[in-house]
Amino acid sequence: MFEISDIRTPLIGPVSLSIAAGECVSLRGPSGSGKSLLLRAIADLDPNDGDVLLDRQSRNRVPAPQWRRLVAMVPAESGWWTDTVADHFKPGPETAALLEALDLPHALDWKVSRLSTGEKQRLALARALQNAPRVLLLDEPTSALDDQATIRVEDLLRRQLKREVTILLVTHDEAQARRLAGRHFLLDKGRLAPEKDPVA
Amino acid sequence: MSAYIVLSPWDLALASLFILLNAGLSLALRLGLERQLLIAAARMVLQLLLVGLVLKVVFAAASPWLTALVATVMIAFAGREIRARQERRHKGLWGYGLGAAAMTFSGTLITVFALTTQIQPAPWWSPQYALPLFGMILGNTMTGVSLGLDSLHSLVDRERRAIEAQLLLGETSLTALLPALRRALRSGFTPIINSMAATGVVALPGMMTGQILSGADPQEAVKYQLLIMFLIGGATGLGVLAAVLASAWRLSDNRHRLRLDRLSDPG
Repeated sequence: MFEISDIRTPLIGPVSLSIAAGECVSLRGPSGSGKSLLLRAIADLDPNDGDVLLDRQSRNRVPAPQWRRLVAMVPAESGWWTDTVADHFKPGPETAALLEALDLPHALDWKVSRLSTGEKQRLALARALQNAPRVLLLDEPTSALDDQATIRVEDLLRRQLKREVTILLVTHDEAQARRLAGRHFLLDKGRLAPEKDPVA
Repeated sequence: MSAYIVLSPWDLALASLFILLNAGLSLALRLGLERQLLIAAARMVLQLLLVGLVLKVVFAAASPWLTALVATVMIAFAGREIRARQERRHKGLWGYGLGAAAMTFSGTLITVFALTTQIQPAPWWSPQYALPLFGMILGNTMTGVSLGLDSLHSLVDRERRAIEAQLLLGETSLTALLPALRRALRSGFTPIINSMAATGVVALPGMMTGQILSGADPQEAVKYQLLIMFLIGGATGLGVLAAVLASAWRLSDNRHRLRLDRLSDPG
């Protein structure tokens, strides 16, 4: 169980939400409503109050680097610290399988400077999955992808859900929210509310 | 060696004619620099005359407390200058204190070391030796420290996504900041390395030239200059390292976050 308990920053919250293992919850809301800030606060990337628990263990009892390996956030725009894609991955069969699943089997030979926005987006997801996180905080994971690539990413996410990974999915795409998530929430002006009728 | 040739006020007035000539050229070419140039020249004259007077009093008083007070004022000005030379600086007291503390640490350590083990005047804090030495060390260290800090702060701002990407993958803040840290240290060290490489070939250092003009043996002047350059190199290294490491520590926290909110906005 992943429990967000009274998370607050000067701009958002308090936000509380519990998500079961293997469950995907969607989070939508107008631009500037604080969706990305909420994910950053959960990943403990910005100063915030409140607590987040994974299987009843508070993040405050876990060193931050270890917490972020368990609770992986993939931002909408990824960062790269060298110009070689391979420098951002651990070599091994798991990496190869991940890249294959995302239709980027030769990406390790590429330069970051030649990547398209969509390729960067898929590689950032693969990079985060290498740590085998228990929770995924995804910020618009398919915003720059075509239909084919979106289907691949969604398939990969479904496989993660089957492995009991918890997903909090920020998306503008209502259809995607319906395809992946069982519960839907709306964030407006930093406050969380269940979405009344996402299917309508 | 012969005694030095005393300059009369007329000699100085004659030399200053070139500044007036530059101001005239600026007027003729409409560069708009004449006002700035004349004000800067007037400030320089006033500041140096005052410093001359102050040093005369301090040398005559020969008091360790007065010497320490002048050194403290020098550090205070250096701290202000370091702060002003950074586009994005730490907010609050840190913006001023970081540079001043790094300079106090490295400048004092190296100056006291040189005074007590190499130059050895009696007493060791003798203002005639301590203050010029401290001033030269401080002036050069200041350039390195401000460059190092400015470079670190603009790098972490520009590379924010790359640094946070590493943090999000479970790296420590030290690992994530290391590339920016290395580049900032390099830019802090570069001026002194360049200066050492060019000294004696491209430029004759001011202190050595001054000694030669005042009648010292050139070889003795060179020895002094070498000593000063080694001390400046050492102080710059220590100062840049202390300032950049302390700043990087302040730019992260115990939860391994990048704390850009602790820097002021650019401008």
